[in-house]
Amino acid sequence: MAEVAPMTPLLQTEALSKRFGGLKAVLPVNLHLEQGEIRAIIGPNGAGKTTLVSMISGRINPTSGQVHFNGRDITKLRAWRRVALGVVYTFQITSIFRDLTVYENVALAAQRRLMRRALDRVVLRETILVDRVDAALAEVGLEHVVDDPAGLLPYGHQKLLEIAMALALRPKVLILDEPTQGLAPDEISALCQRIKEISQEVTILLIEHNMTVVLELATAITVMDKGAIIADGTPSEIEADDRVQEAYLGL
Amino acid sequence: MRHDRRNTIFGVHLALILLLFCAQFVIPPFHRTMVTRIMIFATYSMGYNVLLGYTGLMSLGHAMFFSSGMYATGLTVFYLGFGAPAAFMAGILASILMSALIGLIALRTTGVSFLIVTMMFSQAFYLASLHLNKITKGDEGFILSGHLRPLQLGGLEFAFSDPLVKFNLALMLFAASLLLSLWLIRSPIGRVLLGIRENEERTRLLGYNTFNYKLLSLIISGTLSGAAGSLYTLTFSYAGSSLASILYSIYPLLWTLLGGIGTTIGPIVGTAAMAYMVDISSGLTSSYLFVVGAMLVILIIWFPGGLVGGIRTRWLRWLP
Repeated sequence: MAEVAPMTPLLQTEALSKRFGGLKAVLPVNLHLEQGEIRAIIGPNGAGKTTLVSMISGRINPTSGQVHFNGRDITKLRAWRRVALGVVYTFQITSIFRDLTVYENVALAAQRRLMRRALDRVVLRETILVDRVDAALAEVGLEHVVDDPAGLLPYGHQKLLEIAMALALRPKVLILDEPTQGLAPDEISALCQRIKEISQEVTILLIEHNMTVVLELATAITVMDKGAIIADGTPSEIEADDRVQEAYLGL
Repeated sequence: MRHDRRNTIFGVHLALILLLFCAQFVIPPFHRTMVTRIMIFATYSMGYNVLLGYTGLMSLGHAMFFSSGMYATGLTVFYLGFGAPAAFMAGILASILMSALIGLIALRTTGVSFLIVTMMFSQAFYLASLHLNKITKGDEGFILSGHLRPLQLGGLEFAFSDPLVKFNLALMLFAASLLLSLWLIRSPIGRVLLGIRENEERTRLLGYNTFNYKLLSLIISGTLSGAAGSLYTLTFSYAGSSLASILYSIYPLLWTLLGGIGTTIGPIVGTAAMAYMVDISSGLTSSYLFVVGAMLVILIIWFPGGLVGGIRTRWLRWLP
């Protein structure tokens, strides 16, 4: 990774690593994410992709190394503080509030952004909240199921709900962990369209196995294998890279 | 809270309070005392329900919070000659401190561990109250009659021995706690607490410091329990270790389960149902606990979400 970044990246890891007992899940890794890009992380199962983004989002603590966001060292910050700063993670396996309505799911996310002062915890203008929730649901096209219990939605809609919750948090960096997994082809193309729209305002870090999706969306690609970054470049560079073909595409 | 029946919901709660207020003029004295007791223990259950029903944390140590209020009030009246309002404030203060302290320690655990840790603290508190029997008079307890001055209010005097005074004080505490818990669960804080109950990790990753919210919930829960303990002492003129025993940690769990966990009016329904089940069945047979047990089993089979929980699932989806 000897390339020279033109400016300070929005998000950067420095020699970030994770060891689970004897297993080196992620070797010291330097990842950088520029403002406005859609960076895809690809690699075979067990390459350490989810572990890496979990350390970035603060769900797990690294064994060594640092995470910088907006020029600030956030390595020691708890997950909920990182969310407050704008680093938002959507789960690979959908994690929604199944027994609450779609509205309540998104409202819980939206009100977090409206709680700036201590008093906001006690009184909150419900009309502003409703507007925010409606906007987030409209962005993913779920406005018609607003009062349904989230657990009863079809799987594809649950994934969209995850994204609506993330959007309601008004993220600066949105980490999407395999958003298309388990979706039907037409749902995938619709989701790609949404992600493109979202990326107008939000920097996106995308873990994805579906290469069609990656090549359609990504402006930059990082390839991981066995816990290390083995290639990093534009989609066309990555497609041409021999090591990538070998490790990932199995050619 | 979107297609909200704000007025209906508020109306139901006000109607319940009004119903209880009117009840004092029609029901016979025996039942008046019974309902007084039910309203105080329902306040205790509502406090318990904030933690179990709306935050998803099951404690077996609430007797400690109830009796913190009871002892702080009882002891300050008995030894320091406090008047009722000051003694009540002492009870509130003691239960706030107690629940904050216990919360800071016990909330490092969850699930079964939380249950055990709260139970251990509560047992330690109970044993301490027995051990310090020079002050607390242990199991035998102490009586406040002769120590508690009548309540002075705007030139009027209210004696604590008057059943109507007892009833209305209990009603005031019950009404305040009911409206407080209704407001709480409909507030932004309540939404976060529900999130914690449903999926704590997700709530954390929506940017909430879930520990602080759980601590707040425990303090509110403990303080309502302590307020109930405090008023119990004032109205029934008694404080004793038996009310700090594990049985009094199990009761609010039972009442809440019976009435419906995570419902605002479940606690009073459960507390009343239990009290009258015991009352009626003990008039019929000496093995009344067998009857009560059988009733509970049947209710849990038919209404797994408790009485109000069952009504909510079947008919009134909007009940909070």
